[in-house]
Amino acid sequence: MAELELKKISDYVWELPKQGEMRVPGRIYGDQRIIDHLLKESGAAKEWNALLQVHNVACLPGIVKASLAMPDIHPGYGFPIGGVGAFDPKEGGVIAMGGIGFDINCGVRTLRTPLKRHDIEARKEQLADRLFREIPAGLGSTGELKLSMKEIDQVLMQGAEFALARGYGFPEDLEYTEERGRIAGCDPGTVSDQAKERQFKQVGTLGSGNHYLEVQYVEEIYDEVAARAYGLEKDQVLVAIHCGSRALGHQIGQDYLQELERASKKYGIPIRERELVCAPIESPEGERYISAVNCGINCAFANRQTLAHLVRKTFAAVFGLKLEEIKLLYDVGHNTAKFEVHEVDGSRKRLLVHRKGSTRAFGPGREENPPKYRDVGHPIFIGGTMGTSSYIMRGTEKGLRETFGSGIHGAGREMSREKAKKQFRGEQLREELKRQGIIVRGHSLAGLAEEAPGAYKDIEVVAAAAHNSGINQKVARLRPMAVVKG
Amino acid sequence: MPFEILDHEADAGVRGIGNTVEEAFAEGAKGMFSLMVELERVLPKESVEVECQADSLETLFVAWLGELLLQRDLTGMVFSRFAVQVAREGDEYHLRGRAWGEPLDPERHGAKVEVKAATYAGLQLGRTAEGDYFVQCVVDL
Repeated sequence: MAELELKKISDYVWELPKQGEMRVPGRIYGDQRIIDHLLKESGAAKEWNALLQVHNVACLPGIVKASLAMPDIHPGYGFPIGGVGAFDPKEGGVIAMGGIGFDINCGVRTLRTPLKRHDIEARKEQLADRLFREIPAGLGSTGELKLSMKEIDQVLMQGAEFALARGYGFPEDLEYTEERGRIAGCDPGTVSDQAKERQFKQVGTLGSGNHYLEVQYVEEIYDEVAARAYGLEKDQVLVAIHCGSRALGHQIGQDYLQELERASKKYGIPIRERELVCAPIESPEGERYISAVNCGINCAFANRQTLAHLVRKTFAAVFGLKLEEIKLLYDVGHNTAKFEVHEVDGSRKRLLVHRKGSTRAFGPGREENPPKYRDVGHPIFIGGTMGTSSYIMRGTEKGLRETFGSGIHGAGREMSREKAKKQFRGEQLREELKRQGIIVRGHSLAGLAEEAPGAYKDIEVVAAAAHNSGINQKVARLRPMAVVKG
Repeated sequence: MPFEILDHEADAGVRGIGNTVEEAFAEGAKGMFSLMVELERVLPKESVEVECQADSLETLFVAWLGELLLQRDLTGMVFSRFAVQVAREGDEYHLRGRAWGEPLDPERHGAKVEVKAATYAGLQLGRTAEGDYFVQCVVDL
């Protein structure tokens, strides 16, 4: 295929003009550096690169407005990571596997504590050790809850409410969870027994790879109004939990790969990349997959609700707090496809919005936001690495108009895991971070090396591009103090 | 080399190489488990049987790796030795395989990262310059 070229719209927005089979243009948010990297990559790896993936998504039936990419764009499976695509069911729109991925509703839940940085400084090591013991993580870990087939079905239908009913957390938590922690439209019959069996012991486990639990403090506040609405102050201690739907989500992905490949052929949808297999939203296959994805979404909510309880318990024990003193700031996913109403060309439409490695970022005014956040939009969490800052940002009206209320989700890898393992040593890394005041506990030294800060893109560049483009706004910058890795 | 780990920006690719397609499948499985544990420390004490089918040989490889991940989570085991038989039945390919290993002991086995899923990305089956079979795909970590 011919070389893909980008047209500069502004300093932070670039267009991939509609060409060939594309139904809509591509639209990429990023600064010059991000775009240069993207073009270099598409020149070097012609078969598999993020720009080509933006193009391929733009060719899918029923896509509305544009195939979007956020500033943390990098190559994914079918969709680029940082990719957003909204599809109109009435125009033959599809649900595509690559727009969701294998870790359905992977996301971040952030808790705010009443503690300040100096309250925990002296006990950071003790806290990290305790969290490491209490939070099941790493290869083969199992959760506190051991479930039966019937109970798993309840998890899939009830989401965070299931964990709540088991005494994990407080009813108020639901208000501060996307979809109130329970998405509708799930028939557990659309999820295989194998997927459910894989999950029996995994509810309330963190996982491994890039999943983490991080104790952070607020280093700087950029947006006083939003920070006040969120109850954030300088030096305040927060806890971020990054994980998803665990084995259940992974197995749903595995199961539906074949089913959606058949569906793509059946409905005559050309497969440009195998992970981009899909089915029309309004088809039996599409409906089944949407239901399974919703089950995965609920499973992830239940998972993070359970993990939050373990964090609360640990903080209560170490610092003598009451569990309810640790509040949920917000819980939001970045690997989902969900029905949402958006304005397109002056009319309101119900669309299936895919966000693959992109956080939903509903700005001011959206009724889905909790009342306390309605004037500023809900917070989104941008994960850095265990050695660098993370950001709390928020959605904007511009983001609602241009990106279906979507935003960035993290720094994104720059170096492969194999290279990182050769370049970094887990033990050295742990010592180096300790010198910087960051206590790291990991279940695998090799795993730590793979997650070295040097293997990731610069979070500052990504956050600045999202902020300057106006689709997201910086609210606060966070610094890690203690990190637990799977 | 019977299996290779391929470079990939976010995840990793596994490639199995063998005299037959079956051997390549078995080596590919070794490659996948080498990402999770130190293979030589996993003793082939117990075994599980695996069956799967797919429309093509390539997708059968992804299904096979997927079945092994399923067995890992169901049994709590990790595996280091594999045997595979593939048969064509009409339009479908069927695989019967066996995996030998033992219950995961994270410390003794040197647990590394958890593989979430085998994917269709980079999926390829073919012959090497030396005439061996190879099969490969990217796995999601």
